[in-house]
Amino acid sequence: MAQMLVAAIAGIVFGLGLGVSQMVDPAKVLAFLDLAGDWDPSLAFVMGGAVAVSLVAFRYSLRRRAPLLARSFALPEVSGIDARLLAGAALFGAGWGLVGFCPGPAIASFAFDQVESVLFVAAMAAGMAVANLVPGPSRRLGTTEA
Amino acid sequence: MENFTPVSALIGGVLIGASAALLMLMNGRLAGVSSIVAGVVPPGSVEQAAWRGLFLAGLVAGALIHRTVIDPGASITIAAPLPALLIGGLLVGVGTRIGAGCTSGHGVCGLARLSPRSLVATLTFMAVAMLVVFAVRHVAGGW
Repeated sequence: MAQMLVAAIAGIVFGLGLGVSQMVDPAKVLAFLDLAGDWDPSLAFVMGGAVAVSLVAFRYSLRRRAPLLARSFALPEVSGIDARLLAGAALFGAGWGLVGFCPGPAIASFAFDQVESVLFVAAMAAGMAVANLVPGPSRRLGTTEA
Repeated sequence: MENFTPVSALIGGVLIGASAALLMLMNGRLAGVSSIVAGVVPPGSVEQAAWRGLFLAGLVAGALIHRTVIDPGASITIAAPLPALLIGGLLVGVGTRIGAGCTSGHGVCGLARLSPRSLVATLTFMAVAMLVVFAVRHVAGGW
């Protein structure tokens, strides 16, 4: 039960971060990705801040034998760099560049009541369901996230 | 660089990092949104779908709190036309599953764990995204 509460709070804090940083806005994201245009480097600060905080927090957390509310840490078992990783990252990058949405901001953007958000997330979910049918080492749920 | 907003970007980033920290320290889970979404898309277990569903609902709630309470003027612009929107969504869905992560899973959590795999994935999706934006805006004259 406590884990469920933590998941909800973590989601809210994440969503606040996406709002405050404007990463929830595809126009802001595209302005970051548009090096040849009126480049807006703001999102590098989002990533920098997020990585800095989690780097310290993960170091501390993973030194423990277990997390505070669960029996063990669920970390990816997959390591190594293969064609699958590169192909997946490239496909993801193409979709990200085309629209300016990655999964977190796309879902958080539901807060702005635009039908485009729903269409994008529906297409994304369909893509995930299709990819889940393809067998491979990165397919298993729960422990394979990067 | 007239729209450069480093302070709010950094504050937002710290919040995202705090969320990842909370999920790891308390639940032992990574805040990789694509994996969390994939866990509520069939075929997934009901048990695993519960916390993921709550996280995703929180994501919307957090953005809603920001939009209504913190910055009532906030708006977003989704400029991609319908075909690009759908193709983009499909590519993000397929790509994040095959590559096992997105901006949060590889770009934040993976980098924070100093994973070479995540560094390569992050550099790859950033480079491809920048190339696509260049092609759309400066070659095709699109959005």
